[in-house]
Amino acid sequence: MSHKKPEKLIDENDVRLDGRKLNEMRPVKIEVGVLGNADGSAYIEQGKNKILAAVYGPREVHPKHLALPDRAVLRCRYHMAPFSVQERKSPAPSRRELELSKVMRESLEPSIFTEYYPRTSIDLFIEVLQADGGTRCAGITVASVALVDAGLPMRDLVSACAAGKVDGRLVLDLTDVEDKGGEADLPLAYLPNANAITLLQMDGMMTGEEFEHVVNLALDGCKQVSQIQREALRAKYSVAKEAEAEKEGAEAGEE
Amino acid sequence: MSSIIASRVRQKRVAQLISHGKRLDGRELNDYREVQVEAGLIERAEGSARVRLGKTEVLVGVKFEMGEPFPDTPNEGVLTVNAELVPLASPTFEPGPPDENSIELARVVDRGIRESKAIATEELVIEPGKKVFVVFVDVYVLNHDGNLIDASCLAALAALLNTKMFNYEVKEGEVKIKPGYKPLPIRNYPVSVTFAKINDKLVVDPWLEEEQVMDARLTMTIEKDGKICAIQKGGYGYFTAEQVIEASKIARQKAEEQRKLVMKE
Repeated sequence: MSHKKPEKLIDENDVRLDGRKLNEMRPVKIEVGVLGNADGSAYIEQGKNKILAAVYGPREVHPKHLALPDRAVLRCRYHMAPFSVQERKSPAPSRRELELSKVMRESLEPSIFTEYYPRTSIDLFIEVLQADGGTRCAGITVASVALVDAGLPMRDLVSACAAGKVDGRLVLDLTDVEDKGGEADLPLAYLPNANAITLLQMDGMMTGEEFEHVVNLALDGCKQVSQIQREALRAKYSVAKEAEAEKEGAEAGEE
Repeated sequence: MSSIIASRVRQKRVAQLISHGKRLDGRELNDYREVQVEAGLIERAEGSARVRLGKTEVLVGVKFEMGEPFPDTPNEGVLTVNAELVPLASPTFEPGPPDENSIELARVVDRGIRESKAIATEELVIEPGKKVFVVFVDVYVLNHDGNLIDASCLAALAALLNTKMFNYEVKEGEVKIKPGYKPLPIRNYPVSVTFAKINDKLVVDPWLEEEQVMDARLTMTIEKDGKICAIQKGGYGYFTAEQVIEASKIARQKAEEQRKLVMKE
């Protein structure tokens, strides 16, 4: 990887550096239930992004005074591995990671029925193993799947995707190079069934018109992400269900 | 003993009024509280300003230091924004290292200044790749009565406009201070506009009691030509796409009004 910014991030045929079209997402792969100890877990690869999420809880809150009488506290830690980026990142949480932990928690909390678990905590850990732009969105996407895997009752899946402006064009799902060399980046998280935007940030410069387009572009991306999340969960739990049915069938046969 | 948590009855009243398009303090939904800007009250700082937004009060000081540039931007000075929620500002603020609220506040102020390229950082280079000026913008919250983000953004802009740099010359890699001052080169004037969503309605510039009942918060920072240069959503609620777009339109109009209040100083 070089530090130099390529002169053009999009060529004259609207093809991006990695060969994608303007409104095309990177390939997304989600695996459910990848960790042994966690109550729920998931792993996502979105392009070169590789992110693990784990859920512990609902469990007793430590320290105890943080417990809430009417609902569970959701705690969220977004953290990047020191080897996840080009220049080694200090493992101590940076200001950026603390801010992202906050906005990610706020984006996920509306999807969980925390009122079913008063005086407990739900602890969510998101570890970025390799980063290539859009890790907060991929992190939210994979965390939402891990919450489902933990068996928590939820209003909806939270799906996240960024859109932005690169070389004067509006594009979906920016890579790190596109984010740094581009004009604007807008990460967005969405609950498709509730039509609710629960995370919205932007840096860069955009006119009001471009903003409207980019929001709609990101919403389309979120809907695609939502399908992939659903498929990943079905793949895991339909296999589990079949195995159970088989086992029951075999037991019935023995009788 | 002071209590700033509004009673349930009062919270209900605040929210009910808003669903009828009214506010407890008599403002329209899109009205700001009265804004007062005072620039240059800290002589030791290179720049400073105090902004009062209703009863919310924020002091911003700007200081310079010499330091190294970031390796990926050798020809640019460095901007650092920090925010302190000082315990004297609210019974809910506690001493200690910055919590996530103060980090978020600092980063939202930072994003507006940085993304709009408000400071001409290329003019802050002493020796490319080796020595540059680091501009420290320190946000000091003195009284918390809601909407710290907008008060802090306004105060930061006013302080930057008030900032003076000493004249200097470079001799054999050494910086020599010369008499006289020049203003910090400022190119853009970012202003943030914050909304609270209460009972599915958007209100501009929420004060403390409104912040206690809001479902979610949305900040849009607008630069001098009306482009959006930063957005931050906060809180546990949500916005619909229509609300977000409506907010972007109101924000552009309100930012223009707020900017005038700072620029006339």
